[in-house]
Amino acid sequence: MNRILKYVVLNIIKNKIIIFYTILLSLFSWTAFSLEDNAAKGLLTLLNIILLIVPLVSILFSTIYIYNSAEFIELLVSHPIRRSKIWWGLFLGLSFSLVAAFIVGAGIPIIVFAELAKAIMMLVVGVLITIIFVAIAFLSSILSRDKARGIGVSILLWLYFALLFDGLVLFLLFQFADYPVEKMMIIITAFSPIDLSRILILLQLDVSAMLGYTGAIFKEFFGTTIGLLISFILLLTWMFIPFFLSLYRFKTKDL
Amino acid sequence: MIDIKNISKKFGKLEVLKQIDLQLNRGECVALIGPNGCGKTTLIKAILGMVLPDSGDIIFNGKSIHKDYIYRQYIGYMPQIGRYPENMTIGQVIDMIKGIRNDNNNLDETLYQKFDLDQMLDKKMRTLSGGTTQKVSATLAFLFSPEVFILDEPTAGLDPLASEILKEKIIAEKNKGKLILITSHLLSELDDLITQLVFMQDGQILFHKEVEALKRETGTDKISKAITHILKRGVA
Repeated sequence: MNRILKYVVLNIIKNKIIIFYTILLSLFSWTAFSLEDNAAKGLLTLLNIILLIVPLVSILFSTIYIYNSAEFIELLVSHPIRRSKIWWGLFLGLSFSLVAAFIVGAGIPIIVFAELAKAIMMLVVGVLITIIFVAIAFLSSILSRDKARGIGVSILLWLYFALLFDGLVLFLLFQFADYPVEKMMIIITAFSPIDLSRILILLQLDVSAMLGYTGAIFKEFFGTTIGLLISFILLLTWMFIPFFLSLYRFKTKDL
Repeated sequence: MIDIKNISKKFGKLEVLKQIDLQLNRGECVALIGPNGCGKTTLIKAILGMVLPDSGDIIFNGKSIHKDYIYRQYIGYMPQIGRYPENMTIGQVIDMIKGIRNDNNNLDETLYQKFDLDQMLDKKMRTLSGGTTQKVSATLAFLFSPEVFILDEPTAGLDPLASEILKEKIIAEKNKGKLILITSHLLSELDDLITQLVFMQDGQILFHKEVEALKRETGTDKISKAITHILKRGVA
């Protein structure tokens, strides 16, 4: 697996898109921190950019990369190597490269400007979000042989998590405004890794007051160690379930 | 050496392999022939573990290949249409496979040298002609001196010179007592190679016979004639 991992990483790092992505992230981060007068505000601006761009690039790049690796996979399966190793190698290689791009692009300015605790939280969330969307890309690309359809599914999933989900939640919130749905909201956020991450960071930034009464409930839940732990476990679940589903499917796929 | 037991495979509603039984032994050179779409390539891919049969089992050297992968180190496979990562060079592909096989002793570089691949190691796979791609495939199949060769249309796309080199190599390996499984449509090419013939049609094996016996039965001296003879007569 190490050899596959090495090959994939070397191949991706030379990729122009990844270099462009790193530069873009670093451009956004440095501007966000220089434009705002305090670091917390800068972090908030950056958070919204990161939660939009990181998932998009991670899921799209990975999906396209997996489809383009079809020949590579085909070449390897006839040799004495476990199928799961090929899939793991691709997954770790993609995750590693995209995480590296995130750390270099956004991580450095965040560490330079933000307070340590907040910076670490932001980095952890960024890394997790990257890997989660790589994992989702693996699932959507194994489900269909057709490249166009696979990429389409990936874009739709991104749209759903990044934009539609919020809309749906807001809609529900208004529809059930007369009922005490605040506790329900905590459960609902578990269904979107992006929202989960956003809440984690917002609570770190002490701007939960902006979320009103729901914010207070969130604070009460996510602010505690157990709440924090549960949300990290949820994020890890978002990472492992799509990947292991795709791994299972890959092992029994006809090539 | 390879024992195929009652395997079936469906792609959707299409039954590609219907309860195939086949036994292949060391020292044999078997030709797998049949019309297009009769399941030859699927059968080969099943042996390689690329296609997983719906039922039945394949035994390689006494062990089931199901969930095994190490047995593939004894197989050299040359695909019908070799597909390679487009932006890798010939040298990189060969190095990567060497790295994965992790087996640098007793490399057989005969084909590598005879095909003059060392002069085009820097060429990208995307720029290669069909014939050169086939040369790379053949080189990789023979590089690790495996026990079994599975060659899917080996000479298709090769120029006469390269095709002759490959045939000589196949005969040399056959004389070493290795198992060789070939599919081909060019029956005339098989004449001086093969010892056994397996004829497939619609996912079933119509017959599996020694070439000598076949020639004797039909009273012909060429495989192509023997087969036309049998097909006209209808298989009993």
